[in-house]
Amino acid sequence: MNETIRNLLTKLGGLPVAVDSLADDADLYAAGLSSFASVQLMLGIEEAFDIEFPDNLLNRKSFASIAAIEKTVAAIIEAQEAA
Amino acid sequence: MNAHVKVPAAPLRERIARAAAVAAKFADDVDAKGRFPSETMQALKDEGLLGIQIPAELGGEGTSIAEIAELCSVLGQSCGSSAMIFAMHHIKLSSLVEHGQKHEWHREFMRAIAGNQLLLGSATTEGGIGGDLRNSICAIEITDGTVRLEKNATVISYGLYADAILITSRAHKDAASSDQVMTVFLKDQYTLEKTNDWDTLGMRGTCSEGFVFKGEAPAEQVIPEPFAEIAAHSMLAMAHLLWSALWYGITVDAVHRAQSFVRAAARKTPGQTPPGALRLAEISGKLQAIKTDIIHGVRQYEEIRRNPESLTMGFLIAMNNTKLATSTAIIDIIGQTLLINGIMGYKNGTPYSVGRHLRDAYSAQLQISNERILMNQSTMLLVNKQDTSLLG
Repeated sequence: MNETIRNLLTKLGGLPVAVDSLADDADLYAAGLSSFASVQLMLGIEEAFDIEFPDNLLNRKSFASIAAIEKTVAAIIEAQEAA
Repeated sequence: MNAHVKVPAAPLRERIARAAAVAAKFADDVDAKGRFPSETMQALKDEGLLGIQIPAELGGEGTSIAEIAELCSVLGQSCGSSAMIFAMHHIKLSSLVEHGQKHEWHREFMRAIAGNQLLLGSATTEGGIGGDLRNSICAIEITDGTVRLEKNATVISYGLYADAILITSRAHKDAASSDQVMTVFLKDQYTLEKTNDWDTLGMRGTCSEGFVFKGEAPAEQVIPEPFAEIAAHSMLAMAHLLWSALWYGITVDAVHRAQSFVRAAARKTPGQTPPGALRLAEISGKLQAIKTDIIHGVRQYEEIRRNPESLTMGFLIAMNNTKLATSTAIIDIIGQTLLINGIMGYKNGTPYSVGRHLRDAYSAQLQISNERILMNQSTMLLVNKQDTSLLG
């Protein structure tokens, strides 16, 4: 999952720095993730993992770092499997 | 930073009514000359209304956003420019109230605002970024505990008249354009070199000229939280709601003038419904719709203030929608009051004049540009799911 997210971030994040240079817990907003790019990233992730972000997870915190995105995606997948 | 202004004990409504009476007296002169409404500002300071949002423990009155919105509306009924300055001040102040209470310098500064009734100005726009306040070119530099900033600020709201300016920039010289911070600079810590005049269609009294800003201050005056957080958590909602409240106020006064016109006509021709009466009935409903929308928005925001964790994209979309709806509806409504009042509305200086109202109202779609907001909305709606409930 980490690799998929990093690939999507490279493709859609529009970051001025190389995604490989970012630690999992690096602040993506400080790295230059714009709100427009974060939405594109959400769409990419929804498509890649076949999930939908519920409104309560559509916030800055969910996308603050690669680790945060992983955690969010894992929680959604778990909730979908439980349903 | 010594407190010397004694806060009057009278209820808020009485205090704002007195300030609004001053604003009404000078509104036409402020508009005609494009000058700062200094009489209104003095009245607002005399009534102690610049510090009310600050918590009581820091010398303020802990006034709710709903009440401040009401004050913006009341002032807007007298003078749009005065109300915009009052709203802008409280929007800036909300950044300190929401994000500055953890920091000793900002707590002291809030005491000074309440005690000395300081007016806060705003410098979020910059030449070269196309009006997008969430991007900066300029960057602060911190050396030996001193923060320095130079910004080509194409608009600083009432820049020359502010006692302090809250200004955005990149967080450091290598920061991405969206990695921003906001810094407080006091009047004696900056210079302003004028680059642009403020000779506008409306909102002429806000004197929002352009300047090259150069400031130097102790580094602790930088608000540590990222500006992105401040924008999402308080500034965007406060701006859209307080602006909408004052735009509503401008519109209410225009409708009031139209109603007076229709009533005067009805009294002259008993038994006949004057031609403007139907139009008045129509805009009464439109006015009610924006009022309801604003009140609902204020309630949503107060809920977010109580529970910041509940902030979602849906909330930001709702705040943007209130701004979009209000800023377009008021043009329609005030335009119709002009049709009702006819030549008496078109002329300046009659009891039925609505020219200033209409010109002031046209600023609403540009401040922040509705085109930009619609672009942001369309992006967010790609992922945000529609709330299908009626009450939720």
